[in-house]
Amino acid sequence: MTKVNRRTLLKGGAAAVAGSTLGAPMIWAQNIKDVTLRQFGTGVSNLNEVAQKVKEDLGFTLEMTALDSDSVTQRAATQPNSFDIADIEYWICKKVWPTGNLQAMDTSKIKNYDKIVGIFRNGLLTPESTIAQGTAPHTVGFTSGPDGTDFVAEESGWMTLIPTIYNADTLGIRPDLIGRPINNWSELLNPEFKGKASILDISSIGIMDMAMVVESMGEYTYPDKGNMTREEIDLTIGIFTEAKRNGQFRAFWKSFDESVNLMASGEVVIQSMWSPAITAVKSRGIPCIYQPLEEGYRSWGGGIGLSASLTGLERDAAYEYINWYLDGWVGGFLMRQGYYSAVPETSKNYMSENEWGYWFEGKPATDVITSPFGDPLAQAGETRDGGSFYDRMGSVACWNAVMDENQYMVRKWNEFIAA
Amino acid sequence: MRHKTLSGWLMAMPLTLVLVFFLVLPIIMIVIVSFWRATEFSIIPDFDFENYEFLFGSNVTYRVFLNTFKYAAITWALTLAIGFTIAYFLAFHVRTLTWQIALFLLCTIPFWTSNIIRMISWIPFLGRNGIANSTLISWGVVGEPVDWLLFSDFAVILAFVHLYTLFMVVPIFNTMMRIDKSLIEAARDAGANGAQILWNVIIPLTKPGIMIGTIFVVTLVMGDFITVRFMSGSQSANVGRLISNDIALLAYPSAAATAVVLLLTVLIVIGLMLRFVDIRKEL
Repeated sequence: MTKVNRRTLLKGGAAAVAGSTLGAPMIWAQNIKDVTLRQFGTGVSNLNEVAQKVKEDLGFTLEMTALDSDSVTQRAATQPNSFDIADIEYWICKKVWPTGNLQAMDTSKIKNYDKIVGIFRNGLLTPESTIAQGTAPHTVGFTSGPDGTDFVAEESGWMTLIPTIYNADTLGIRPDLIGRPINNWSELLNPEFKGKASILDISSIGIMDMAMVVESMGEYTYPDKGNMTREEIDLTIGIFTEAKRNGQFRAFWKSFDESVNLMASGEVVIQSMWSPAITAVKSRGIPCIYQPLEEGYRSWGGGIGLSASLTGLERDAAYEYINWYLDGWVGGFLMRQGYYSAVPETSKNYMSENEWGYWFEGKPATDVITSPFGDPLAQAGETRDGGSFYDRMGSVACWNAVMDENQYMVRKWNEFIAA
Repeated sequence: MRHKTLSGWLMAMPLTLVLVFFLVLPIIMIVIVSFWRATEFSIIPDFDFENYEFLFGSNVTYRVFLNTFKYAAITWALTLAIGFTIAYFLAFHVRTLTWQIALFLLCTIPFWTSNIIRMISWIPFLGRNGIANSTLISWGVVGEPVDWLLFSDFAVILAFVHLYTLFMVVPIFNTMMRIDKSLIEAARDAGANGAQILWNVIIPLTKPGIMIGTIFVVTLVMGDFITVRFMSGSQSANVGRLISNDIALLAYPSAAATAVVLLLTVLIVIGLMLRFVDIRKEL
């Protein structure tokens, strides 16, 4: 026989009332302040400003850890409980996704899904575009279902990563120290710049830059730069080893800051570089161009993935964060550094007409363009290197990739560094 | 009697435990892992010689080990020459103990800042447009900036010498201070000149100090990776960099195998040196 006394009755009743009348949103609002999401990723988008704004707009805490690409891959693959949100690149996703450490995301919960640019959905920037070589984001962007560890070609409704940031990379040059136009990737190995060139010491990206150079020199045309055979790897690294022995390179760089210092100090006049590094050199008042080249760009894209162990309130908060991410403020913040947002049109609301014209449409600036941190980057009348979004993203020659022969390539890369 | 051995054991116990847990066990673990296999994401316990086969089968390994020995040898010779001179000056030319201590402390001041900072501050100094080059140009010594000052073996060795000379000065100074001055007087009375005293009295008596300094410098240089990476602009490699590259790519077993080979190499080098000088006997 169950005893029902006044106390238990009251308790149960109160809980029932709370559950029915106050409802979820109230509980949400109460608890969300206690939620802390741990995000890690490469330095590009792990910005404290984003964490601060999240606290302001959404109320919960975002802890950010910035690591280099190798460490990011390692951590995503081996320590799934050490993070809630992985801010990784698509080629890293190709390596990490099969481990099952990330969970598929339901695109019906993503408010701006329909506005995400085509590159991340069917691979086509415009309906006439062709798809570049390498690990194009849409090829690893979708999985078969909530528990999928595979990749599917079509828009299945389950995304591996929600795209957040991407750009088209090329060589950076010091126009004042070179003094003539640079139009081809092959210039990196031009003896004219002996002892004044540099390439990045991150094997998976460096090999792609090398391939662009080799192809531009007319030495070899790759069937797929993003997936080389052993012979192709030997050939590519062989050409660069010879150049290294001849003293072509001043140094190799591994971190963003190193590339900025090499360029700003004039140690190097031509090198592989990332867009914000150019911005950083320019903001010191030193001329630096992100040189568009005839062969096209080497492009990359990043996105946010959720840890497989994320559930309940934390997962709701993470979706909230993703929706906020695509809502425009972050997009504007990133675009004003030279990156692109996955949903450019929402970012427009957070940029001035001048900024939008300069960064996205490739129009001459009508007034001074400043970085989000207040440094002037361009004066009125100047245009962005490479032009508009469609000009730049429309001439992508290859995407950052991970090859089948990755381990072999890494060993060869180590030999190149030791040579 | 029994009681005495027991208390002896007990007294040795804390240090023994610390060494077992923090030195012996980790090394055993590294040796074990060096026989495991790794794929891109996972490490598989196994007993496999693949890591060693790859290591000994690649000529990069030999080149890199050779390079490591080259750095160690050159750095050793330079730190010994500089360290010995400084210690000699402090011990025999400076008369009062107060000044000896004051000057010795002066030598240690740079070591109050971080290793990395001291190393990196060379980069702007040696650069193409750095202070060194602009000074050389303004003196008319060179017409064009000198490139080999930075991102070269020269830069690596310069940084090593700068970082590690003190490890040579301290033990040599220490042994020199214990040399009985009357020995030198006796040598002088017996008709030896300065060079003979240095060669026949002081150097033999400072051997243990030299040896301790040598062990410090050689092990530090052979185990380094960050100095080589920064000062060579990532263009040269030593064994430490091979290991750090492997770790970055999650190839822990291969890194462990390289570490084991490096450890054995360093032990052999130290073993050889100890055959020439018995530190314990001469301390």
